[in-house]
Amino acid sequence: MSDIRQARNALVNRILEGPGKTSPSERRAAFNNSGLAEPVGTLVDKVARHACSVAGEDIDAAKVSGLSEDQVFEIVVCAAIGQATRQYDAALAALESATGKE
Amino acid sequence: MRLAILDSSHGFGTKALFALIRTVSRQPVLDVVKLVKYRPDFYGAPMSKVTQEAMRGPSAWSVGDRELMAAFIAKTSQCEFCTKAHLAVAQRAYGNGKTASALLSDSSMTTIKDPLRATLLMLGKLTSEHTVNADDIRAVLAAGASRQQIEDALAVCFSFNVITRLADAFGFSVPGPEAFEAGAKYLLSRGYR
Repeated sequence: MSDIRQARNALVNRILEGPGKTSPSERRAAFNNSGLAEPVGTLVDKVARHACSVAGEDIDAAKVSGLSEDQVFEIVVCAAIGQATRQYDAALAALESATGKE
Repeated sequence: MRLAILDSSHGFGTKALFALIRTVSRQPVLDVVKLVKYRPDFYGAPMSKVTQEAMRGPSAWSVGDRELMAAFIAKTSQCEFCTKAHLAVAQRAYGNGKTASALLSDSSMTTIKDPLRATLLMLGKLTSEHTVNADDIRAVLAAGASRQQIEDALAVCFSFNVITRLADAFGFSVPGPEAFEAGAKYLLSRGYR
């Protein structure tokens, strides 16, 4: 059986708590898709909800607002991993509910 | 690629590696490789460990099945790059007996046997609706999947729910089939490390 728990925890800890060009609070906000000012909030929401709708203009708007490319990189990565984590956790909870065990 | 740093701000050693890849494969370096090699301590290295375990770790699902799951998750996400990339790997993993793209061409996937078909449908719902409930999971169990197979499939889904978002957000270029074939050959022989 494959087991991604340890590697996934390390990934999430790294992007949220490790060194970066954005603050841990900004990365946490992107991960949670919550509390980010525009236009970055719109970019993060698109990444989380319907990434195929992200356009070059969304990235450009984030840069015009003052973010460097490295900061946009970190914010988008955190947004993607945050949404995937919520989906994964929801599915594991459904699995636990369906099987009645840990 | 929508961020110039992902195209051209890698270190000297990585640029040399890219030159070697272009020479040996006679194909462009795929944008997904450029992404994982950019500041790899932040995203690429820890994410590769997750994906390697999900896609190549021990599992009752074959490598071909897991690559088909990745392609289906990507197709559901409307991510052209990842769909083509992982259909190519699934095709190569399955060999000549199956045509991976044909398996997914029918929306109800009637040519795919359970429990893989039921598992794919559940992963599709999780990807498009962002959640599943206990009844969705019970349907997969009733189709013959074990609890562990479902956990393994959810691990694949986690990885590709991340990767497809990044491919779309960063605007990965979609190269020709030869580049995806070269990538598939690499992923089957070396994995996601």
